Amino acid sequence: MKKEYTCIVCPNGCEVEAEIEGVQVIDVTGAGCKKGKEYVEQELTDPQRNIATSMLVENGILPLVSVRLTKPVPKARIFDVIQAVKQIKIAAPVKIEQVVIENILGLGSDVIATKNVYTK
Amino acid sequence: MAVINKDVVIIGGGPAGLAAAVELNKQGISDIVILEREKQLGGILRQCIHDGFGLTRFKQTLSGPEYSQRFINQVEELQIEYITETTVIDITPDKKVIAASQNGLLEYQAKAVVLTMGCRERTRGAISIPGTRPAGVYNAGVAQAYINLHNTMVGKEVVILGSGDIGMIMARRMTLEGAKVKAVFEILPYPSGLPRNIEQCLNDYDIPLYLSHTVTNIRGRSRLEGVVVSEVDEQLKPIPGTEKEYACDTLILSVGLIPENELSLACGVELDPRTKGAIVDENYQTTTDGVFAAGNVLHVHDLVDFVSLEAEALARSVAGYIKASRLDNCDIAITTDVNISHTIPQKISGFNDCKLSLRVRKPMKNCEIEIIQNDAIIKTVNLKKAIPAEMIQIKLDKTELQAVGEIRVVVR
Repeated sequence: MKKEYTCIVCPNGCEVEAEIEGVQVIDVTGAGCKKGKEYVEQELTDPQRNIATSMLVENGILPLVSVRLTKPVPKARIFDVIQAVKQIKIAAPVKIEQVVIENILGLGSDVIATKNVYTK
Repeated sequence: MAVINKDVVIIGGGPAGLAAAVELNKQGISDIVILEREKQLGGILRQCIHDGFGLTRFKQTLSGPEYSQRFINQVEELQIEYITETTVIDITPDKKVIAASQNGLLEYQAKAVVLTMGCRERTRGAISIPGTRPAGVYNAGVAQAYINLHNTMVGKEVVILGSGDIGMIMARRMTLEGAKVKAVFEILPYPSGLPRNIEQCLNDYDIPLYLSHTVTNIRGRSRLEGVVVSEVDEQLKPIPGTEKEYACDTLILSVGLIPENELSLACGVELDPRTKGAIVDENYQTTTDGVFAAGNVLHVHDLVDFVSLEAEALARSVAGYIKASRLDNCDIAITTDVNISHTIPQKISGFNDCKLSLRVRKPMKNCEIEIIQNDAIIKTVNLKKAIPAEMIQIKLDKTELQAVGEIRVVVR
């Protein structure tokens, strides 16, 4: 079976046409690099996404600190992760790259701050 | 008011201004200052919390704040002077820069001025959507600032007009924050944003994208209650009888960005009606001697990585200008055919290597871009696909160029 994908690994957004049998990728065309095939394989078996959101900050110069995951998580768990991050309020100062939640929901990915938020 | 002398005054501490400052310092030009109107450096990246920045520049994918922090850290380490909460209100053709700061008015006399003010969003008024004027109609970047900087959610039921990247990123962001994004409508027959954003911001969340559709009426008194959407014909005119009403409390507009050039005009810089940014030569020098421009104030970019690279190239030219007080004359004009929207730069010298940035006007497959000088093809670039959403860059080697004769860029 032929299936078309837009690779999201980089901004090139290659249109990848894949020849698929079950969860087996037989052949891909249109990918600018080898990551295109890896992306299709991942999409077929367990699509994953990295996501960014914000976490509440107490006593900071900003009310929020932006955060992201260190590793993508299964697409189906995105909303669970967002909800888990929403439950937590962190005290300023928050430092960029600081781990704010370790191994979120046991998914093997940490939530890290992506900006500095100094104390008010 | 005592005049402060500086080698270089940089207007705007976003990605372009930061990269220019760091590179100028590396080139040995340290008598510089960055003037920034916001409280913090970083520009628009402060609110672009999604990831995907930096793959070209740093070979890894970062969020906007992380990307800008890398440059801010260098600015701090190199002890480059910057002043925040300071708005430049005038630049003169002889490179005086007047700014309103927390400590009153500042007057600088610069040897060179670097314009890195970025761009602003087209608004409802600019595209003349009929209807009432209720609350709930936001530009995508404004909604992004509310949500990501000020912890204020802008609405619950959302319609997005325009398929620009910020609009699509906000579709995802608002969905993650619990809003229902009903649809994205695009007036053109093709998307304005990058394919990966259609995939990861819309398709991932089952948000439909309707091409050749636009908002033709806005309803609601104090708060938005709904929008009317119509299909458009090939001339982009709404087709009567195709109207459909969507109930919503929020309309997000992602209908284009315009380089912010009021200050450029004040110092006599000539703008290109195609880019709405300055006309520049290969040194990123504008038509005003000693005034340079790069980043989104020059032409709207799709990737910040290219903004940084452009600002760094600008900085190397500015360093040359400061050291030698002049640069090579650039008298070779670059023109394009109808299918190419513009090129940056618009003029080159013919004596130096240079890089052309351009966009196609409509999506094309298996096309060839030819660079022609004096009736000879000096370079051909083959592309599997070319879309207006993606800026194309072509390097020209000085050995390929002649010192005289207009250059024409065509696509077939």
